[in-house]
Amino acid sequence: MSALVLAQEAAAAGITDKGIAALTYGLGAIGPGIGIGYLVGQSVQAMARQPEAAGMVRTTMFLGIAFVEALALIGFVVFFLGQ
Amino acid sequence: MTAATSAGVGVLASNDQGPAPERQVAKDILRRGAIALPVALLVGFIGWGPAGAASVGFAAALVLANFWLAAVLLGWAARISYGLLMGVALFGFLVRMGLIAVAVMAVRDQGWVEPVPLGATLVVTHLGLLFWETRFVSASLAFPGLKPSPEES
Repeated sequence: MSALVLAQEAAAAGITDKGIAALTYGLGAIGPGIGIGYLVGQSVQAMARQPEAAGMVRTTMFLGIAFVEALALIGFVVFFLGQ
Repeated sequence: MTAATSAGVGVLASNDQGPAPERQVAKDILRRGAIALPVALLVGFIGWGPAGAASVGFAAALVLANFWLAAVLLGWAARISYGLLMGVALFGFLVRMGLIAVAVMAVRDQGWVEPVPLGATLVVTHLGLLFWETRFVSASLAFPGLKPSPEES
């Protein structure tokens, strides 16, 4: 019932399903953004503490970023297929 | 400026002039992507016809370009400063996701695009290549990038 009311209010306000899908994807991309920020911050700290291990840390960081990015990619694909 | 603040500034201003292991890993991912691409194209063709194969090829190209762009940007930023590396990692993520979104949305109404193989290839290729690559990454002090080939070790 409340979902119906929300949908009616959204329609009255001119918010389309596409707009809601885009907003949801934007909200979903916040999580990976936080993850990448934390990951890179910790990596920079590790490289500063042990400069001789910088190459090793950068490799791990690159793979970590790519794995976190997969979450955002999944969110985008769900948004794309759900349209 | 306190000692902690000056130490923080020093960290962000320092850089890494060594070889870029990201490029080595990304190049290897591209090589493995090229190996897997014919199989993916065949699956797309069998499942959805020529449009499926074209969609699979387009999505795989996007994923490989994304890996390569990430490696180039991170390697470039690490040579300048760690502060820039942090910025490039975060804003690079936003820019690359935006580029993928623009590329996909630009072609979604074309006749040669099938949404399901396009979307599935984006996710499966990205994750599949990453998991495959982790088997060949050394990430050790002696070999920061890939594991050495038998001739090297």
